[in-house]
Amino acid sequence: MKWGIKSSMEKFLPWFIPILLIGGWQFLSWTGAIPERILPAPSQIIQAGFDLTVTGELYDHMSISLWRALAGFLIGGIIGFLFGLLNGVFRFADLFFDTSIQMLRNIPHLALIPLVILWFGIGETSKIFLVALGVLFPVYINTYHGIKTVDKKLIEMGKAYGLRGKELFFHVILPGAMSSILVGIRFSLGVMWLTLIVAETISAQSGIGYMAMNAREFMQMDVIVLSIIIYALFGKLSDMIARYFEGRLLRWNN
Amino acid sequence: MKPFGQQGINVSMKKVEKNYEDREVLKGLDLQIREGEFVAIVGKSGCGKSTLLRLVAGLEKVNGGSIELDGGPLKGLNKQARMMFQDGRLLPWKRVIDNVRLGLPSHMKNKAIQALTQVGLKDRVEDYPSKLSGGQKQRVALARALVHDPALLLLDEPLGALDALTRLEMQALIESLWKQRKFTSILVTHDVEEAVVISDRVILIENGKVSLNQPIHLPRPRQRTNPAFSMYVDEILSRILNRKNNKNYSMVVNKESESLFNSINN
Repeated sequence: MKWGIKSSMEKFLPWFIPILLIGGWQFLSWTGAIPERILPAPSQIIQAGFDLTVTGELYDHMSISLWRALAGFLIGGIIGFLFGLLNGVFRFADLFFDTSIQMLRNIPHLALIPLVILWFGIGETSKIFLVALGVLFPVYINTYHGIKTVDKKLIEMGKAYGLRGKELFFHVILPGAMSSILVGIRFSLGVMWLTLIVAETISAQSGIGYMAMNAREFMQMDVIVLSIIIYALFGKLSDMIARYFEGRLLRWNN
Repeated sequence: MKPFGQQGINVSMKKVEKNYEDREVLKGLDLQIREGEFVAIVGKSGCGKSTLLRLVAGLEKVNGGSIELDGGPLKGLNKQARMMFQDGRLLPWKRVIDNVRLGLPSHMKNKAIQALTQVGLKDRVEDYPSKLSGGQKQRVALARALVHDPALLLLDEPLGALDALTRLEMQALIESLWKQRKFTSILVTHDVEEAVVISDRVILIENGKVSLNQPIHLPRPRQRTNPAFSMYVDEILSRILNRKNNKNYSMVVNKESESLFNSINN
């Protein structure tokens, strides 16, 4: 038997399980099988989301979280990318920096939270610093690895066809490393959210993580679950953006 | 005077030596190639025929002796030469047209299209290499080499990975472009028939030196069915396989089949 999947089905199928789960959850909450103090019903969570939107609180927390994520990601990503390029291309830089970077990489960056709070307090700097630090290493490693594993034969061909320095880099080396670099970026997006959640939960006065911690003090289960769902949506969204760029930059690959 | 870019170059190799670590690959090899000549180099794998080509391309340096181009010593990369590799080496992230334009000034796009037209791929300029067949990829690689109007075309087993029919087509294409443009050409191949069908002269490399220098006096286009063609192929093949004469060879065959026969009987 042949399983033909129509395009409308293709769009719907990934959402089948989430919809089923939410529907079941709502039903069980109605019947009272799931007590409200353990897990509020989806409808209550939507209500909480609506209320917080009306007061503008949700928007404020979301935008500050997004801003921290983006700033940390850009700072860490750019530093990691540049070091990856530098050490991948130049032997001297490789010898000079790589060992030190590998040592730093092996420190779990979240272990630095106490230190970071003492250094920067609980302001924006500490959160952005932690996100940047978390993002830096996956981007670094994958950029470095991508450059190191560009097909030597293609580089030789490029040289034989008269490419030098900058040209060789932009026509051969960078595109050759691109798929590995994008893997690093996608991976680092995961680290970005994880770091931000932890940092905001432990030491913040705004942001989605703070909203959840604050709700805990007042036993607002619906707000806590709402925060978790918002993180899930953010994660999904950033992955979709990364995939979009992957599709564009690696168009030649399909 | 010949128009620019439409001429070959004299290549002269004198006592060329090349070692890797402590392994001597070329041991004082001498070879003269006239401008516009098509020379094929054959030999067992590992005999150093590809190494020789890479030396002429300037991708590697000689350890001894010299290589001269029209009398001047070769220093660094050979800018008058273009190389075609066995594995094509197209950049997978560039469209066909951009692969051909690699290293070409940006205003010369028309020339790249011209080169692709010559190899019969005018309608594939916007495709990525992954969409092409093996033969088409090598056509692109050929166009990429020829778009620079090289005085010397170096072919490193470029047809080795192609199917038989595509090979015949490519041989004819390379021959016709060579006739038209009169560049000097060096083809490294493990296929003796290919060497005889396309070249003016077949060179056999053994023990790091030229051990056979066989001009092919056959009219072009060459017919594989021509008895003289088979004679050339046989002659060169028996030199490669170190057969002294056919009798000796058949004796070896007989001995082998005899022992096989015995083992079956036992």
